[in-house]
Amino acid sequence: MNRMKHKNGVRVRRKVIQGAMFGIFKICAAANGIALAIMLYFLVSRGWRAISWTFLTQPPIDSMTKGGILPCIVGTLCLSIGAIAVALPIGVASAIYLHEYAHPGRILRLIRLGINNLAGVPSVVFGLFGLAFFVVYLDMGVSILAGALTLGALTLPVIIGSTEEALRAVPDTYREASLGLGATKWQTIYRVVLPTALPGILTGTILGISRAAGETAPIMFTAAVFFTPSLPTSIFDEIMALPYYIYVLATAGTDIEATRPLQYGTALVLIALVLGLNLIAIIYRSRLRRGR
Amino acid sequence: MRKGSKKGKSRRGRERVIRCIFFGVALASIATLGLIALFLFVEGLPVLGKVSVTDFVFGKFWYPTDEPPDFGIFPLIMGSVCVTAVSSVISIPLGVMTALYLAECASARVREWVKPIVELLASLPSVVIGFFGMVIVAPFLQEILNIPTGLNLFNASLMLAFMSIPTICSLSEDAIFSVPAELKEASLALGATHWETIARVILPASISGISTAVILGMSRAMGETMVVLMVAGGAAKIPTSLFDPVRPMPASIAAEMAEAPFRGDHYYALFAIAIVLFLFTLAFNLVAEYISNKYRQVGAATL
Repeated sequence: MNRMKHKNGVRVRRKVIQGAMFGIFKICAAANGIALAIMLYFLVSRGWRAISWTFLTQPPIDSMTKGGILPCIVGTLCLSIGAIAVALPIGVASAIYLHEYAHPGRILRLIRLGINNLAGVPSVVFGLFGLAFFVVYLDMGVSILAGALTLGALTLPVIIGSTEEALRAVPDTYREASLGLGATKWQTIYRVVLPTALPGILTGTILGISRAAGETAPIMFTAAVFFTPSLPTSIFDEIMALPYYIYVLATAGTDIEATRPLQYGTALVLIALVLGLNLIAIIYRSRLRRGR
Repeated sequence: MRKGSKKGKSRRGRERVIRCIFFGVALASIATLGLIALFLFVEGLPVLGKVSVTDFVFGKFWYPTDEPPDFGIFPLIMGSVCVTAVSSVISIPLGVMTALYLAECASARVREWVKPIVELLASLPSVVIGFFGMVIVAPFLQEILNIPTGLNLFNASLMLAFMSIPTICSLSEDAIFSVPAELKEASLALGATHWETIARVILPASISGISTAVILGMSRAMGETMVVLMVAGGAAKIPTSLFDPVRPMPASIAAEMAEAPFRGDHYYALFAIAIVLFLFTLAFNLVAEYISNKYRQVGAATL
């Protein structure tokens, strides 16, 4: 009888410990949501008043205290689309080589090592590299082109990773069927594998654009300026960009307190752009997975 | 027949050319990494004409614009190391436990909601997190703790922690998922509770993957620029308390590059800091790579 009681006690204690630990796990998971919610709450509640039609469609006036942020929006779009135009073809081709052509071995390991380490390079180091290589050595000057190339190098690992994942999801039976019908390897990839993997690659592309749009340090020395009087007309122009504009307004503007609403507004526009793109990618991907 | 074989030959030739093209493109990542290293060294090494390696790395004073200038980056290195260490104290438990929750406890429905939240957290632009830390968290900390400035080591670490949690969480989750189901089932069948199974079977089996996740998260925190630039306070001193302002390496580079005279000593010194930073993160990544290769879990038999 006594022994039974003891056994029960141990069982209860084990259950209690388990409950406590799972409770802690739950709190940790909730902390992520709470952090995101707090951040969004402050940015939205203080930023939405700054958002207006004028704000989105006019250039800044009166030494940045009035007017809008149109040149920054245009600049960020130019830079991120330019970056993806550089990274997408190279990234997709690299992923095709890694997943479809390469045999396991030393070379494959080396290439993977290169990609993983490229993904780990700090963003400010990309900025310095862009300055030394694109701006100075290749003599592009501080320009959209130099910024887009720098951002392209930074998004390359993102594109490779998501494309490889998309290629992995294509069943081998598709490839075998195509090869069995007499198609060559390239015909199989081009006509069968890529069309099947396209939605996954598209998701990766959206994520890549959003990543490039939010980066500041790589464009600081390569493309972005605090103010230009006109919209860019060629890829060799300097450009204004949302992230850099927020940074300068918040830390070194002429009157930091007076431009506070503008800072919140700009941050809100950037967040809406980046989170919007990410949400599209997430929803699209979960649809894809369910469809499979 | 002859025509067919000719066609076959040209087809094979074309296939070979295509394969070579893809191989060439795949080398682009390595080439970029090589170019990054090359240009950092070309632009950074000239500073060694002014100051020796030991004086540069262990010098205690960073006054690059004084006359004569002091190029000692030890306070900057310590700033980076402290910020990374404090942020990992916050991010490792939070990240790993969130991963455990997602992989082991959460129902499919809950997971469908929590995973996107973690992904959105990962996608927040660093400049926005820095801005948030500067205008919301800093005044708040200053008021409740009654300290001279809210822009300090602790605030920067807190912001960095929330940037590295998603990395740690999603990589750890992958590692936990890849633990073979039979291990878990065997433990449960022996009468262990679910928590005991997690603590004694699942965690030890996935520890190499989790370590990789943690190292990559720390590497991300160390290289992150905008947050430390805006939130860390910017004082190039070795911190003595949790609430001292610091100036980690990326912050110094980003803040001073615009003013440094082109190809002057200061400019070279900043590139040399970037070399140090690059080597730090490279080391982190190589260690992570080594761990994940060496202790790869291939099946239940390797445990």
